[in-house]
Amino acid sequence: MNAPDKVIPIVAAPVDEVSLYEIRRKIHPRSVAGRFATWRWALVAITQLVFYGLPWLTWNGRQAVLFDLAARKFYVFGLVLWPQDVIYLAVLLVIAAISLFLFTAVAGRVWCGYACPQTVYTSIFMWIERHIEGDRTARLKLDAAPASPAKAAKRLAKHAAWIAIALWTGFTFVGYFTAIRGLAARVPFALGGWETFWVLFYGLATYGNAGWMREQVCKYMCPYARFQSVMFDKDTLIVAYDSGRGEPRGSRGRKVDPSAAGLGHCVDCEICVQVCPTGIDIRDGLQYECIGCAACIDGCDQVMDKMGYARGLIRYASERSLGAGLDSRAVAARILRPRTLVYASILVVVSLALAGSIALRNPLKVDVLRDRGALAREASPGIVENVYRLQIMNTDETARRYAIDATGLPGLAVVGMTGPVALDALETRTVALRVQLPADAAAPGAHKIEFDVRSVDSPAVARSERSTFILPR
Amino acid sequence: MSDFTSEFWNVYIAALTVISILGCGWLLWTQSRAKIKVGSQGDTTGHVWDGDLAEYNNPLPRWWMWLFWITIVFSLGYLALYPGLGRYAGMLGWSQAGQYREEASAVEARVAPLYAKYAAMDIEKVAMDPDARAMGERLFVNNCAQCHGSDAGGAKGFPSLRDGDWLYGGSPERIVESITSGRAGVMPPMGAALGNEGVKEVVAYVRSLSGLTADPLRVQLGKPKFAANCAACHGVDGRGNTAVGAPNLTDSVWLYGATETAITETVTRGRNTNLASGARTMPAFGATLSPERIRVVAAYVWGLSHPQQTASR
Repeated sequence: MNAPDKVIPIVAAPVDEVSLYEIRRKIHPRSVAGRFATWRWALVAITQLVFYGLPWLTWNGRQAVLFDLAARKFYVFGLVLWPQDVIYLAVLLVIAAISLFLFTAVAGRVWCGYACPQTVYTSIFMWIERHIEGDRTARLKLDAAPASPAKAAKRLAKHAAWIAIALWTGFTFVGYFTAIRGLAARVPFALGGWETFWVLFYGLATYGNAGWMREQVCKYMCPYARFQSVMFDKDTLIVAYDSGRGEPRGSRGRKVDPSAAGLGHCVDCEICVQVCPTGIDIRDGLQYECIGCAACIDGCDQVMDKMGYARGLIRYASERSLGAGLDSRAVAARILRPRTLVYASILVVVSLALAGSIALRNPLKVDVLRDRGALAREASPGIVENVYRLQIMNTDETARRYAIDATGLPGLAVVGMTGPVALDALETRTVALRVQLPADAAAPGAHKIEFDVRSVDSPAVARSERSTFILPR
Repeated sequence: MSDFTSEFWNVYIAALTVISILGCGWLLWTQSRAKIKVGSQGDTTGHVWDGDLAEYNNPLPRWWMWLFWITIVFSLGYLALYPGLGRYAGMLGWSQAGQYREEASAVEARVAPLYAKYAAMDIEKVAMDPDARAMGERLFVNNCAQCHGSDAGGAKGFPSLRDGDWLYGGSPERIVESITSGRAGVMPPMGAALGNEGVKEVVAYVRSLSGLTADPLRVQLGKPKFAANCAACHGVDGRGNTAVGAPNLTDSVWLYGATETAITETVTRGRNTNLASGARTMPAFGATLSPERIRVVAAYVWGLSHPQQTASR
């Protein structure tokens, strides 16, 4: 037997151990200006003006918007909501959900990119960072630089500014639940325990989420990112790179004719990657990390302008339009389609129902509690009496007097009331009263009756509640 | 005190919990690294289905792992401080009963000044204070209305507290006494002593005392029988005796009904005869209500039968 000509050693392939949890890559988005960036800053201004400003408005001598959990009353300007009105909150949430479905079906993740508090606060915090530490290149250099007093000073200034805004945000948030002017007077040492806790908690959440976590919230914490794909369809306007127009990509001079050079419009400047707050490359296609902020659209448009090409290499486009090469008119026409029309109709109906229900709300609430220990008693020979407790709630901010009457059986009479019951604004009172009936007016057993409570000052405010009258056998 | 007859279950629960928590830690530690071949595709797991379907192996962020570790540390700390490991009470000694006691004593401390203020006043004066009357009404509705009615008008067998007619006396002190110690009045059954006819005659006489219609012959025959059997408690003139809780038979207030049938039943069978030893038909609220609270509710009750003395709202 010959010796083998060649011996090929068998070696195990080199193996490496990697962690299944990656250390986060810090993203330094480059600043961008353009149409959509302007929209985004406009929404930041509007939302924050409302959020920070609303608690300072007054109405009727009290805070206009106040969610007084301790007293179980929510004040929204002239409307006072009681716990019994929690159905409105449910309907409000339904409206929020349907409107989310609607505008996501139309234009993709516009909530994420323009209005979400995470985006808004991250924008504000990144603006501060940019003004203290500089734009992207300066920040990358600062990260790489060794520790020095200048670096420490910059970091300190940035975090101090962040913490100040975070505390003011926490304070404002608590101001929606405890009157903000009183709260301001008690800052910082006379604040109650729970007030202090919530101001700090919410402040910490703002500082942590907007300063440190940023895109980690969008990428890993927020459930919306994961299910937005079920709300899209082929006609949803998404932030899309027109690869048909852009590929093959490559850098070239301004004067060069791209088609002659066999290149698409994409000059591979990677500005779309640099401005992206979640650190993706939109040229790879739609990804779940994309929050639809359109910074890449603004960035690319600027480059297209410089190169003399048409804008819109990255643009809001629908999947169908990219494939079929539809023009903007056709794309706009597809916005009105069964899905969006159904969502819009439901939204209109539910919103009108809510508005109507609130406008027609009866400020009087009445609950009837029948005495159960003694179902009936003989008040005097031949007269049967039942005892009830009526809980009368005056839910708005006008004092009223109420007259109580009982109907449903011939000869039914409310006795013992010396006059109308007077209730202050927002007061609840329980009134014990007796209802009498001649024993022969009806057959023995339980009979349905009604209590009519009517305001003496404004007769339109009235309510009827059912109860039973029992004649013993 | 243990809920079980042996310590086994307590130890079992504690051991299972600790082992599970440590097990989670072990799982986290061992599963946080993976071996991959150098130079292999980083992105996918390497498995391929249906020819070209691959699965991404995107790593989780490092801070998730730290969150998991924090929860493990937190749970161990929590179980050291609070009860959770079997019968171990926790270093902070927290308990549900203890939390309730703390909250109850905090409320007591808050309302004590109110009650102290009324404890220093005469009950008649307390009844004139609208705030005290409101407090008394709330106490009444919570404790008394189940028997005496929400309007204090009573029912069959439960006296009306509004009518100024008192079985045991209507002075504020007697009212306080009735509420604090309860009452256990007994009407003994007279059916055997009187016989059927005797009962009919006594019933007629009793009805005549308050002006109700009755057979005049029976009334005549009932009078001596009343004097012999009933006057001892109800008085010679039938006006009752508040010392023993015997009702006034000459007024129009009838606890069990004014009809012949009702009075016949009362006389024949008696009332409240089935008292177990120590049981009170009017419960002794001294066991559940503090003396200060009893004063306030007594003032409310007294005020019900003295409306002219109490300002109305």
